[in-house]
Amino acid sequence: MTGRARMPLADRDSFLAKAFLLPSIVYIIALVGVPFGLAIAFSFSDITAGDPSFDWVGLRNYRAIFEDGTFWQSLGNTLVFTTISMILVVVLGKVLANILVANFRGKWLVRFAVLLPWTTPVALSTISWLWLLDSVFSPIDWVMRQVGFLGPGENTYWLGKPWLAMGSVIAVHVWRLVPLAAVIMMAGLVSIPKDIDDAARVDGAGFWRRMLGITIPLTMPVVAVAGLFGAILTFTDMAVVYVLTRGGPTNSTQVLASWAYLKGIQGGDVAQGAAIALFLFPLLLGAAVAILRSVRRMETL
Amino acid sequence: MITSASLLTISNTDADKLRRRYRRQHIGGRAFLYVAAVTAALVAAGPFLWSAITMFKLNRDLYNPENNPFVLNAPPTGDHLTFLFTGTPFLTFVWNTVWVGVLVVGITLLLALPAAYSLARLNRPWSTPMAVGIFFVYLVPPSLLFLSLSRVVATLGLQDSTWSLVLIYPTITIPVSVWLLMGFLKSIPKDIEEQSMVDGHSRVGAFLRIVIPLSFPGIVAVVVFAFVLTASEFIYALAFISPSPEKVISTGVPTELVRGDVFFWQSLQAATVLVAVPIAFVFNFFLEKFISGFTMGAVKG
Repeated sequence: MTGRARMPLADRDSFLAKAFLLPSIVYIIALVGVPFGLAIAFSFSDITAGDPSFDWVGLRNYRAIFEDGTFWQSLGNTLVFTTISMILVVVLGKVLANILVANFRGKWLVRFAVLLPWTTPVALSTISWLWLLDSVFSPIDWVMRQVGFLGPGENTYWLGKPWLAMGSVIAVHVWRLVPLAAVIMMAGLVSIPKDIDDAARVDGAGFWRRMLGITIPLTMPVVAVAGLFGAILTFTDMAVVYVLTRGGPTNSTQVLASWAYLKGIQGGDVAQGAAIALFLFPLLLGAAVAILRSVRRMETL
Repeated sequence: MITSASLLTISNTDADKLRRRYRRQHIGGRAFLYVAAVTAALVAAGPFLWSAITMFKLNRDLYNPENNPFVLNAPPTGDHLTFLFTGTPFLTFVWNTVWVGVLVVGITLLLALPAAYSLARLNRPWSTPMAVGIFFVYLVPPSLLFLSLSRVVATLGLQDSTWSLVLIYPTITIPVSVWLLMGFLKSIPKDIEEQSMVDGHSRVGAFLRIVIPLSFPGIVAVVVFAFVLTASEFIYALAFISPSPEKVISTGVPTELVRGDVFFWQSLQAATVLVAVPIAFVFNFFLEKFISGFTMGAVKG
């Protein structure tokens, strides 16, 4: 024991392990843990941007939210938006990952092009889409007019009709997240032991046979992780909705995150905004638990 | 003799037939791969290519729904590009994004490197659960915290100041950086570090003189990743800061280049291209490192 005590601090692993970790933990607790607790406290208060004093009001904010039709619409939109995006992101991400692991000429250029939607700040790429979906000048409409789907002078009004606006928001989201899903899934594809694939090839298994019998079962956990990441990034995001539609037309693309922003920052009702945002938490927790399970299964493989 | 010779010829023609069939299959597969790769690249990069054309268009070319939006129908002009640099605070936004990014990356490395070393090397019973816990902090979304954080930022007197982002962004970058760095640190053989400790370095000395230099490529990858994360962030930047000289690219461009209902479309498109291309270029360069980092972080070692 005395020998241990005489050891300099710079060599004591048990001390160092804590000392090295502590600053990060303190930072995270102070600026993630505390604000999370504050968000819960705010949702039971009457704090506004103009009057930041804390007064307890019990469940008043929650009652007000439940009575507001916009809440149920936003919740429904969030679920629709997340489910459809997640399915598309996983399927297209899988296809893209298979393309990107193959060897071909010009791979570097293809990879560069494919990464663009994900690495570009979301607000900027969405601005490009805002013009692509413009009510009068949309190039997509121009193509459709040339092909004959639209008559001369006709327009689709991509962001002006409820279902089309929802479809547009989902499409932009999927376009942006597929590269991320593909990159995560590439990590899974690369980790499949080559000999299993080779053995199946020798036995005469074709592309689809190998895909269904080996690649998909072995990469399932990674696919699940990619999908859940996509889901979390989708239902907590408001940038695409904010830039494209601001939740419109008539709240048909309003999601919980964008509504919380409109209430809490633009409307100044911090307390109600915080209460709305908290409804993201159960969804988040579910996704997190699912990710953890997939990772566990990956470790047992 | 005769039988064996005829057998030989039969098997030769059979082999030829098979050879042709496999070549056809092979060529078919290759062609399919190229078509898929080019399609993926075009879908992903299409909006950016089109932005790159639009930024050189004259107003009378752009604002005519009859004109082909994919080619220049009038002589190109550099006026909108000039306007972006001289008539808008674009360069201020770029500068703000850069210095915020540099400071955030600095804070991140200072806190995350020791934390990752502690979790990856100084094996304590709590190391693994702690690592998983830190990873989950990454999944707590800004949309859940921005309202309470905006009060925290206001209390600290940082509202409407770019410094608020320097304070808050490490909460996003630290968790993911710790995870990535753990992967890179685990890939360094333990005996190198142990040898240096036998040679008289303390644990801290070995960390500073041996481990950090050896994991340098991984550290560079983390720097790039963290920088891209801060440059893309939208919600905090939108919620904390409203005066334009304090804004960063991701919020400044979509709000300041739109005055009322007037969009400076060509300048917006130019901004998107000018920001997107360099980031994707650098990111592509490090893609392999990110993929290996994410998988190694998950491997127990």
